[in-house]
Amino acid sequence: MAVLAVEGVGWQALVEDAGRPGFADVGLGSAGYADTASADLANRLVGNRHGSALVEALFGGLAVRARGAALVAATGAPCPVLVRGEDGRMRGAAMYEVIDLRDGDRLELGSPSVGLRSYLAVRGGIDVEPVLGSRSRDTLAGVGPAPLAPGDLLPIGGNDAEWPSVDAVPWPGWTSGGEVVLDAVRGPRDDWFEPAAMAWLGAGTFTVSSQADRIGVRLTSAQPLTRRERGELPSEGAELGSVQVPPDGHPILFLADHPVTGGYPVAAVLTRASIARAAQLVPGQQVRLRLLPAPPLP
Amino acid sequence: MVSTPRFLPAGERAVLAEFADLAGVMAQRAALAAEPIPGVTETVTGARTLLLRFDATTDAAAVARALRELPPVAPPDSEADVIEVPVVYDGEDLEAVGAMTGLGADGVVREHTARLWRSAFCGFAPGFSYLTSDGASLEIPRRPTPRVAVPAGAVALAGEFSAVYPRTSPGGWQLIGRTEMAMWDLERDPAALLPPGTPVRFVAVEA
Repeated sequence: MAVLAVEGVGWQALVEDAGRPGFADVGLGSAGYADTASADLANRLVGNRHGSALVEALFGGLAVRARGAALVAATGAPCPVLVRGEDGRMRGAAMYEVIDLRDGDRLELGSPSVGLRSYLAVRGGIDVEPVLGSRSRDTLAGVGPAPLAPGDLLPIGGNDAEWPSVDAVPWPGWTSGGEVVLDAVRGPRDDWFEPAAMAWLGAGTFTVSSQADRIGVRLTSAQPLTRRERGELPSEGAELGSVQVPPDGHPILFLADHPVTGGYPVAAVLTRASIARAAQLVPGQQVRLRLLPAPPLP
Repeated sequence: MVSTPRFLPAGERAVLAEFADLAGVMAQRAALAAEPIPGVTETVTGARTLLLRFDATTDAAAVARALRELPPVAPPDSEADVIEVPVVYDGEDLEAVGAMTGLGADGVVREHTARLWRSAFCGFAPGFSYLTSDGASLEIPRRPTPRVAVPAGAVALAGEFSAVYPRTSPGGWQLIGRTEMAMWDLERDPAALLPPGTPVRFVAVEA
């Protein structure tokens, strides 16, 4: 069976799939790809079934060697891609295209020019042992395949989808490092904040702090968000993409490994597309939120 | 009498139903378990709320209407379903809790073992169940400074809740005892011992 031998992991490299929904009620979140859009695209490029397990690399630095032939594609934060054969000869390769690795070829991702997370999919998917039905690492709960380390061997699954691979796709539009605008639907606890605070949330500029991981991205702002409601919020279920505001008034964007319940009010929830985009925010980057009205409820 | 919930938006794929009290949450949760709403993929129980996640086949308004039409169900309450948790009551904070509550250490153990507790909701860590019961005499604040490491199996109190730490983790709850019983075990199916709604009784045992 073909495998990918891990030779370098950079800051962090994790196996992720579409996640492990269904356990939030007993305290375990879904985890899964942080940037779902990029991960889906990587799987589509190599003709995998939706939700196949792949490698999520934080800030490049991932290096793998194919043992047997492997068809791979890298998406997400754009990095230089180097492919070197066992004879030492280099081949041209790039993000967002399918790369045919021969036995012994080594693929290495450099550092991304923008964005944070890159995705390496292999045709057939990464076939490590699932935990509670998923191959996703949950960094908050410590559940799922351990973070990758040099020397790990990643088995490649059989490609039962039999879908054609794609040669290459256009790069997504977000690959520039400027100010990012994220869409968020107001609620559930927007009424816990001063109207001026909600107005600032929807108009002000926020800076991505260094506290940015798969659990959440902490933003800072010149104007902390002030609360109207002083009481303590009884713990309630937290949705992926929640814009949660702790007592210091600086919002946190909840990503894939977010806590399942929380005791701080959530002012708004990011849209699906903006959750994927938020997973690519780099510390220091500027963010604005566009607040959308929630649809009427009975 | 259970009041109808208030609905709050929670993004494109979830809606939050807020109830007057935990009993309302439990009754609606039991109703949902008996009669699932089409398109609802997951329910997350809170102290006053149910978060309902749904797929693209439905929307927040349709889910809210369906939930409103589900008559609440009294959660099953047979003694046969009670999980008995054996506890050695030698926690580091037991004396302090005895003093704070005015019950004394022995009184705390008596109160803690006499009550029927119920898992209300989970959070903080996989298998960490917030247990509630009737009666306020065991209500105490968290420790002013959290511990860096609370051992797995620690039986604790904070606010209106009791809990067993499923694994070693930082924590600010008051520790009154310990149990060998695993709250969370990936080798077991189901992994969580005390999902929301589970009735629980603590039983004092010798070390």
